[in-house]
Amino acid sequence: MSTDVKEAQAGMKSQTVREALRDAMAEEMRRDPDVFLMGEEVAQYQGAYKVSQGLLDEFGPKRVMDTPITEHGFAGLGVGAAFAGLKPIIEFMTFNFAMQAIDQIINSAAKTRYMSGGQIGCPIVFRGPNGAASRVAAQHSQNYAAWYAHVPGLKVVAPYSAADAKGLLKAAIRDPNPVVFLENEILYGKTFDVPEGDDWIVPLGKSAVVREGSDVTLVAYSIAVGQCLEAADALAADGVSAEVIDLRTLRPLDLEPVIASVKKTNRLLVVEEGWPTCGIGAEVSARVTEQAFDYLDAPVLRVANADVPTPYAANLEKLWLISSEKVITAAKAALYRD
Amino acid sequence: MAKLATKKISPRYRPLSQIATATYDASAEELKTYYRQMLLMRRFEEKAGQMYGMGLIGGFCHLYIGQEAVVTGIQAALRPGDKVITGYRDHAHMLACGIDPRAVMAELTGRAGGISKGKGGSMHMFSVEHGFYGGHGIVGAQVSLGTGIAFAEKYRETGGVTVAYFGDGAANQGQVYESFNMAELWKLPVIYVIENNQYAMGTSVNRASAEGELYRRGESFRIPGRQVDGMNVLAVKAAADEAVAWSRDGNGPILLEMKTYRYRGHSMSDPAKYRSKEEVQKMRAEHDPLDQAKKRLFDDGILDEESLKAIDREVKEIVADAADFATASPEPEPSELWTDVYA
Repeated sequence: MSTDVKEAQAGMKSQTVREALRDAMAEEMRRDPDVFLMGEEVAQYQGAYKVSQGLLDEFGPKRVMDTPITEHGFAGLGVGAAFAGLKPIIEFMTFNFAMQAIDQIINSAAKTRYMSGGQIGCPIVFRGPNGAASRVAAQHSQNYAAWYAHVPGLKVVAPYSAADAKGLLKAAIRDPNPVVFLENEILYGKTFDVPEGDDWIVPLGKSAVVREGSDVTLVAYSIAVGQCLEAADALAADGVSAEVIDLRTLRPLDLEPVIASVKKTNRLLVVEEGWPTCGIGAEVSARVTEQAFDYLDAPVLRVANADVPTPYAANLEKLWLISSEKVITAAKAALYRD
Repeated sequence: MAKLATKKISPRYRPLSQIATATYDASAEELKTYYRQMLLMRRFEEKAGQMYGMGLIGGFCHLYIGQEAVVTGIQAALRPGDKVITGYRDHAHMLACGIDPRAVMAELTGRAGGISKGKGGSMHMFSVEHGFYGGHGIVGAQVSLGTGIAFAEKYRETGGVTVAYFGDGAANQGQVYESFNMAELWKLPVIYVIENNQYAMGTSVNRASAEGELYRRGESFRIPGRQVDGMNVLAVKAAADEAVAWSRDGNGPILLEMKTYRYRGHSMSDPAKYRSKEEVQKMRAEHDPLDQAKKRLFDDGILDEESLKAIDREVKEIVADAADFATASPEPEPSELWTDVYA
């Protein structure tokens, strides 16, 4: 199934995730002069992935700033600016490079409110593409969702659709806490319906049922939601009704719709474009086991990438990645239909 | 080619780094204030050391004894609204910012009356009200953070400057140089103060630094540097005045290397076997910042033995009161475990 290029509904416009993210930043920058964007190639180059297209023209070099290639330094600088009350959006060209900056994200951004007894806040957004792109191999294809979701003090967001990307990014920029906003390069060019106007906000910390079903629950976030929707289509053709839930925010994790769904379907798959070990899937599985064990008719299954570094070769990369086929196979296993 | 030798040197390549020799011509009142402040820091730290020994303070506790002239002289050059950030050896910086000694000592004892409600401890203290942004436990982190605070000052056109203090150990961290680069590139109003107490824990500067003249560390970024006698509060104040004026006037960052010395170990658990007793004794005897200030006060006839004793008593009382408060203040409520994680 593809949602590409379909006619926009009334009050909606058809937009790519890339455009939705840009609009979210532009709208929030118009609204609040303390919001600024900083990162590598965000200004004159218009974004390494063209997410900041047009922002330099509208807001000028004071608020849209190109940085040297020094993630640790400019992440720390952004955190300091946020301590002082500004609302920085720090773009990492990809989250792979944010590993250089992870000390500032965790030790400074996430913990200072607590360590200061509530005196110092850090209203900052760290954003950029996360997870596998295509054929860029191990150092450029990692999913950091579980790393950041592990840390109290951070909020972590990983949207799938353009509407969510826009509404959640706007909420993230307005949030007084540090937010790690995980985008996905492959989704940047995907088109969805997005509500018109500049008041579209999606609250952080709310997961959403994106397809209703009664036989099995598929929980995912980011690009894996797409694979689950594809799998749900195929399963429907096979007489299996799959419910798909998009977590959207990974910290705080809203499992209420998941628990409610499991009480209905009694079967759960967690699908994640990332490594399985200590992943978001493991966390969801643990919590559902704690809270809804009696409702499960089958073990919670994880569908995740292979637990090895990302290979470059096309065939190996395909084997490494999750796919709708792998989701279908796992769903059938959960239904004891394989 | 023969002309090469006589080719004019571009003014851009002027020596950026210099050894500062000026001392500030302090008024009697100023000199008294500096002395009293340094004495407060020393007595406070001595008391903290005692309380650590008694088990009232836990974890890491890094004392500032010996380095008092640095923060006293720098702080005297700032004006209200300027911002300060430092590493984990931060108690004296808080006192210099005018923060209540009770709140600092009670943070050391991990009590509800502490400035971070007992949740930060020795290394993590803050007071936005006093322009003090920590108190950071990760070596070098405060340099990027302080550069960001200066960025905010410039963004908002406040006219304020930010002082980012760090040690000779932090001076080797990568993010320090990433920050230097951006600060000069964007002309941020930040004063980098290296408190070179000559030992990064147990490693002397020369064992860890290919360029041990730390005031030259900004040269590749065109950041001017000054090496200053950090044991003499008047030398510190003179250099700080120059640096603050430079940054406040929109010239960007400047680097001050304060040659100083800590008398105690790196932290309370450090017996300091990496240096000789004679070395420490010589510094104390010949360069002690309090003794130097006291001598001036005497020589200039500003204070006599009696008035010095009065200052002594006053400071002792403040410290005793802070210690009493820090001992009597209750531990945080168990419910505090869950607060201040998110806004």
